[in-house]
Amino acid sequence: MILNMGPQHPSTHGVLRVLLEIDGETVVRIMPDIGFLHTGIEKTCEAKFYQQVVPLTDRIDYLCPMTNNLCYVLAVEKLLGLEIPPKAQWMRVLMNELTRINSHLVWLGTHAMDIGALTVFLYCFREREEVLKMFEMISGQRMMTSYFRVGGLALEPPLGFFERVGEFAGYFAEKIDEYENLLTGNPIWMMRTKGVARLTAEDAIALGASGPTLRGSGVDIDLRRDMPYSGYENFNFKVPVAQEGDVFARYMCRVRELRESNEIVKQALDGMPEGPIKADAPGVVLPDREKMKTQMEALIYHFKIITEGFAVPAGEVYQAVESPRGEMGYYIVSDGTAKPYRVHMRAACLANLQTLPKMCEGGLIADVVAAIGSIDIVLGEIDR
Amino acid sequence: MALAPAITDLERLKGHPAVGRLLEWNPATVTGVKFDRDEMTIYVDRANIREACALLRDDAECAFNFLSDITCVDWYPAEPRFEVIYHLLSIPKKERVRLKVRLDSASPAVESLTSVWPGANYFEREVFDLFGIRFTGHPYLRRLLMPEDWEGHPLRKDYPVEGYR
Repeated sequence: MILNMGPQHPSTHGVLRVLLEIDGETVVRIMPDIGFLHTGIEKTCEAKFYQQVVPLTDRIDYLCPMTNNLCYVLAVEKLLGLEIPPKAQWMRVLMNELTRINSHLVWLGTHAMDIGALTVFLYCFREREEVLKMFEMISGQRMMTSYFRVGGLALEPPLGFFERVGEFAGYFAEKIDEYENLLTGNPIWMMRTKGVARLTAEDAIALGASGPTLRGSGVDIDLRRDMPYSGYENFNFKVPVAQEGDVFARYMCRVRELRESNEIVKQALDGMPEGPIKADAPGVVLPDREKMKTQMEALIYHFKIITEGFAVPAGEVYQAVESPRGEMGYYIVSDGTAKPYRVHMRAACLANLQTLPKMCEGGLIADVVAAIGSIDIVLGEIDR
Repeated sequence: MALAPAITDLERLKGHPAVGRLLEWNPATVTGVKFDRDEMTIYVDRANIREACALLRDDAECAFNFLSDITCVDWYPAEPRFEVIYHLLSIPKKERVRLKVRLDSASPAVESLTSVWPGANYFEREVFDLFGIRFTGHPYLRRLLMPEDWEGHPLRKDYPVEGYR
């Protein structure tokens, strides 16, 4: 029998449509069908100035806007050859780890809800709300933050921001214990996740899986540690790896990542350097408001950047960062003008979704929902 | 920080393991190299891309065992019009390399990598969908993001931003 699941199905996390060929309760073949959210962001980017692309990148993956911002600005900065001041780099790391916490909390809540543990959702969203409030505090937006700029940050962090983050980081570890109390030792949770939707390391690599989906299968790679960017080499953290390759292994990887991210947030707060938040690059970075009112030069630069953008030397770069879902990469080609010739996003979810048939075929139909939840897909990123 | 000029001299980049390995296997495979902004690009002859990738994946010194991405750039109206771009990652060596294949607009087709990495499946379907590049030997080359009955390939440069009216 062929069974259609989605695109409007609550456990498909958006608009994923899955065609299931089933024999009784056993899945014989599974075919994901995507593209319902395709908005042509890559094409849109080609018609925008470099700085105008930043808000578009938020909208790709609404659970990790800052990671997308970071990846894009790092790629443009690499094209320009810009040096970023340390405070901006540390702020970027701090915000990225908060984003990871935000994203993993949504994943944990919805994943548990898919499997039937409704309570966890409420606990996770309690802390997520706090993270979103911090985003609002720093950027004025809860979700579509667009806080990073080419050359630095949009704004100085407001007064009281670091205290608030510090308070959150202080109690968050206990909250993770709470989630784990509800799930990790829970017999129902174990039965639904252990040994379910297995993925071997060879298959995971061959299918291009990355992030916790890959690390849950025992492959020890994390771009933050192995190919550091934005000053991650200054931070001390562990990369959780699990060997089993099942839903439970991927769950454990992400929960332990939550703890590590919290540690990185604390380290970033402790060692936050003083100094400017924007690179010294007139013509690329918008001048301060104050200078614009007093200096002719600054006013001219402001006018030029807004009206005609800034030209980027011809060339191409591929910049990858470790997003909560895996390797997020931006490939940007410049032809020397103020608009990118081509912007391509390597979506971690797109590759991760390809592992779904390997996980589900031969398993039970009820486990499909667990498998979809465990690869943590965001359809906005898949379809772009 | 000033940008260093790109190095495109094959002699100077022979030392790179991937370039060295490909030259050793078949010197005609490498049609050009570029080292720019700390990133290595190798232009590969279109007839050999699948063998070249299999070679780089299996060679112990290169070990480019992970296919990060496949995408394409349209250089319309220049010829060869298309560049298909492969980003490879070596998980053991923590290295990246970019392979490029140039295709002209008369026959935009290249061999599929699905037999080397099954994960190439979606990437190639996406490139087929948005650029109209055919991947020979692909098991299921159908549109991925656009509707089945869509006309044209939106990411081509001669495709208007507002779509055909």
